[in-house]
Amino acid sequence: MEHIRLPKSVSDVSVSSLQVENVRLLDRVSPRRSRVGTLYLTATHSIFVESETGGRSETWVLHGLVCSVDKQAASASGCPLLIRCKNFQILHFSIPREQDCQDVHLSLQRLSQPERYEELYCFSYQPNVDEEARRREWAFVDLKADFSRMGLPNAQWKLSPVNQHHKVSDTYPAELFVPDSAAPPVLVGSSKFRSRGRFPALSYYSKENHAAICRSSQPLSGFSARCLEDEQMLEAILRSNPRSDFMYVVDTRPKLNAIANRAAGKGYENEDNYSNIKFQFMGIENIHVMRNSQQKMLEVCELRSPSMSDFLEGLESSGWLKHIKAVLDTGVFIAKAVAEGISVLVHCSDGWDRTAQVCSVACVLLDPYYRTLKGLMVLIEKDWVSFGHKFTQRCNQLAGDPKEVSPIVDQFLECVWQLMEQFPCAFEYNENLLITIHGHIYSCQFGNFIGNNQRERRELRVHEKTHSLWSYLWTNHAEFINPLYRQNHSQSQGLLRPSTAPYCFKFWRGLYNRFDRGMHPRQSVEDYLRVIREETQQLEEQLDSHKQKIAELEQAQEWSDVHKAAVFDQSSTARALGKNLDLANTPQDYTGGLLVGTPVAADGPLILAPQDPDQTADPNLSNGSDPESGIADVSCRSPLSEDSARDPDSDEAAYSAA
Amino acid sequence: MEFSDHIKTANVKDVVLRQPLHPPSRGTLCVTGHHLLFSDREEGSSRQVLLLLRNIDAIEKSVENLLGYSGFLSKAAHSDRMPGSSGTITIKCKDLRVLQLDIPGMEECLNIAHSIETLSCLDNVSEMYPFFYRPNDLSLREQWGLSTPEKHYTQIKELHKKWRLSSVNKKYSVCPSYPPVVIVPKGIDDETLKKVAKFRQGGRFPVLCYYHRKNGMVIMRSSQPLTGANKKRCKEDELLLQVVIEDSDKGFIIDTRSSQQVQQARMTGGGFESKSCYSHWKRLHKQMERGKALQESLIKLVEACGDESHNVDRWLSKLENSKWLSHVQTALSAAGLLVECVERDGHSVLVHGYEGTDCTLLICTLAQLIMDPSCRTLEGFLALLDREWLQAGHPFQQRCAHSAYSHARLQQESPIFLLLLDCVWQLWRQFPLALGFSETLLLRLANEVYASDYGTFLCNNDQERCAVQVKDRTHCLFQALLRPPERDYYSNPLYEPNELAIWPSVHPQSLQLWRGFFLRWTQQAQHLEAVQEEIRSMVIEWHRVTQR
Repeated sequence: MEHIRLPKSVSDVSVSSLQVENVRLLDRVSPRRSRVGTLYLTATHSIFVESETGGRSETWVLHGLVCSVDKQAASASGCPLLIRCKNFQILHFSIPREQDCQDVHLSLQRLSQPERYEELYCFSYQPNVDEEARRREWAFVDLKADFSRMGLPNAQWKLSPVNQHHKVSDTYPAELFVPDSAAPPVLVGSSKFRSRGRFPALSYYSKENHAAICRSSQPLSGFSARCLEDEQMLEAILRSNPRSDFMYVVDTRPKLNAIANRAAGKGYENEDNYSNIKFQFMGIENIHVMRNSQQKMLEVCELRSPSMSDFLEGLESSGWLKHIKAVLDTGVFIAKAVAEGISVLVHCSDGWDRTAQVCSVACVLLDPYYRTLKGLMVLIEKDWVSFGHKFTQRCNQLAGDPKEVSPIVDQFLECVWQLMEQFPCAFEYNENLLITIHGHIYSCQFGNFIGNNQRERRELRVHEKTHSLWSYLWTNHAEFINPLYRQNHSQSQGLLRPSTAPYCFKFWRGLYNRFDRGMHPRQSVEDYLRVIREETQQLEEQLDSHKQKIAELEQAQEWSDVHKAAVFDQSSTARALGKNLDLANTPQDYTGGLLVGTPVAADGPLILAPQDPDQTADPNLSNGSDPESGIADVSCRSPLSEDSARDPDSDEAAYSAA
Repeated sequence: MEFSDHIKTANVKDVVLRQPLHPPSRGTLCVTGHHLLFSDREEGSSRQVLLLLRNIDAIEKSVENLLGYSGFLSKAAHSDRMPGSSGTITIKCKDLRVLQLDIPGMEECLNIAHSIETLSCLDNVSEMYPFFYRPNDLSLREQWGLSTPEKHYTQIKELHKKWRLSSVNKKYSVCPSYPPVVIVPKGIDDETLKKVAKFRQGGRFPVLCYYHRKNGMVIMRSSQPLTGANKKRCKEDELLLQVVIEDSDKGFIIDTRSSQQVQQARMTGGGFESKSCYSHWKRLHKQMERGKALQESLIKLVEACGDESHNVDRWLSKLENSKWLSHVQTALSAAGLLVECVERDGHSVLVHGYEGTDCTLLICTLAQLIMDPSCRTLEGFLALLDREWLQAGHPFQQRCAHSAYSHARLQQESPIFLLLLDCVWQLWRQFPLALGFSETLLLRLANEVYASDYGTFLCNNDQERCAVQVKDRTHCLFQALLRPPERDYYSNPLYEPNELAIWPSVHPQSLQLWRGFFLRWTQQAQHLEAVQEEIRSMVIEWHRVTQR
């Protein structure tokens, strides 16, 4: 098969061309719908090619996305291998020979845990783009442009070169906006009083009312330490917003955690030492709590046929939505303060996890720009990439300390999704964009999220060696546009005021059960609207041009030809819509397990033509959803032909279990 | 007794109304025989709130009689009132809205509360508002209802070979809750039917409710057989079922009770079709909750939705504890099972539980929506409700006397129809293009079934409706919903007819709380309504352009 590339550098001989026949890929939700095919392991992907469809149906999984590989006890039907991915795909293979299973297991374990940056996929991913175009990709998102969109630099805020060579804070970007009145010694002094040297710097500035969101790490205040420069720094921030006589300092941590930090010489600002600050704890839990919480939630998502109660109880005990609410609540607090003209300094411990979350959530709430496609990219680049969210550690890109892994960025994307659910007309982008970004943060296919901070990315020469996700997304932006977006809608204007009542927080099926197609709506309103919107626009343009032509022709007194041209060909609509209306659905397990294990259940219309939920991580290699699969589905769902051929007694067997 | 006997104070001025999504407003409150009317007197607005008293589920009153009470109401105190006395009535509606009225004057407040309490739960059907509702643009002579068994029978030509219309119930003498005409197997004469009726609870012998054109299989429904502790048999009943499956090999009986429950039912005279007597029928048990359990589930869910504490854990725990979504899941999977039998496996099915007037109707209705494209249009859906709920004798008056807020002791109340609407909403969520009607229709029906200007949901069955001449003396909701402006409003702009079965997913992840109904009076639901409007206008724009 021509699409299976041999590994370029065969560093690990055992995986050079591993190929296993007669592998069974089980459907997680209804195990009866399994597929048989061949499993290939290449240097970058595992590929499952289904035999029955003549190789038309392929499932590609990037090694970098594999999060765990579990080999389970062999049974008569084969040796089960469970692959869990960071994008929440779960592949359940059954491999006939135990030895093969062992080989796949070992190879995947090695391949999915690269030890060096150079092994990451982005350094070998080479789409058909020339060097010049590749360089342009990286210029697509320009943070300076965003700051100048905010009106900066201005009289109050200036670009400071103090961290030019990452000398003051090695996890901060080289270019930072700070109050004009804060001289370099103040910055340096303040940085010495903050964890990791992460002194207060500007994250967002409101042109309208001069209020700003600044971010930093915790102060090294211990039980009583003070730092004059740090106090001056905060005062400078306060003074750069002349209309306000106080500012908030938001510590996003639970109070107890902050107090515990004091014993280690860190801590939080003492209101008495800083002039005119209002200090506020927020109670967002730490990375370890979040990691465990998501783990618990994923276990619930994985349950095979949970009852409603199992699911809701599991969701509750995972605490996940509670944490999402805490992040959103804090974002709302900051956004409201800024909207009221009050500046806010935000920090947590190191200022790269919770701080990144709540600053970016507040930005989405405050500024309609961040609710556009380009705006979201800029926002992630600003508050996450440049300010040093530790993507490599948090997203488990390299084999490392599992305690550093945490779904912090997942929570940000989910907060945006929760907001989209509340304000469906306020966002230019759709859920698919969030899911795609999520996938690529973990896939390491693009260089954007490699490394833990700007300095590391420079050292790795990411901008010289890899491609940028943002420009890929922009090229494919049609897939990511929300057809309901209305720039002028009352929902979309200015500050979003979401409800944070508990019932507003929903389980995000689209992400966490993304690959369980059977759970998702079978028809998409969004696709439908996108098609009619495009067509409405096209027709209106056509109409305009026709009108123009008619006017011209009238002048030339040539009437006859026009009428034919003006007739609209409606078949294109039908085709376009037909493609999207993927109606196919199949009976579910309505019997609550009554039929499981009976011989009938395994044949007949239950076997689906592939409606391929499998998605490759590589957009260029995407097998897409087979346009014919919908039709094939339909044909196997008119059950008469197959059913009538069945032995009537077998049904009895099926239901007698009841 | 006249309504006026219950109204001691008809008018109060300077009442402050607080309702969700609106700022408080001051105006005049007026009580009539059927309505509460509030008119806003503020300058520049002439808002009126007209509330059907029947819509009021519960009221709570509190009076204060504090001298020197210096609220902004005091200046309105009239000379004949005790100065400063006032009262507050909290009105909880069956559509889940909660209103609050601040009424100056303790006595007025108590009088009004008393009027509401009495008039909102009158028992006498013919005193209810539909008998007084006479809009200018509707005539009582217009056609009533959308479907009759005769019409249903005529429409399905394929039926005629093996099925016939029977008038055995002409005078409601065989089964009081059935319509006068029903569809039964051709080989079974009326005498046999009478005997079968004696063997089925409430006389509800098996009748046809759906014919599947694709394979000629049918769904029938009935009540439980009265086999009792002695395992009584009824030859005629066995014959009737035998005739139905004659040339196919086997049929299924979906019993909406568990196998334990059916054994227990024998002790009280009920029972089930035993394998030995009905050898060609296989029983499948799919236990569904109904009655009190379902009512309590609704009450708990509504309580959870009103919980103001900002605690996600508590919300999820209350949501789980209410079990409402579990009931939705069970209903949809029971319907899915029924469709699997008929559409996928090609068997005829008889559905029943106990009386066959609740869960039986629920899953038969859902199954038809899933299988039959003609039930998915606006008209088709209303006709389906007409057939499967009104004519099939779902006791609306008993089931919908009170809703989630009522303090009255529960009797026969059960939100089984609301559960149906919720399940249909779930179908609409999963197949947003497959249903010809919109969420607004479901919301409207959810209101109308509890309190209505129309006579459609009055009484418990056809016989009772005939007795009070509902069809002659009230207007028909379904007809009204199909008139042009309403029809457009309740249609799904995205509807694309489609011949396939729409198999719902019943995974917990696929089922959601029906926010549009349960959280209807929150800002969030308003946003979502605005979105539906946006979608409608996009489609209208598209039609406008393509049709030019």
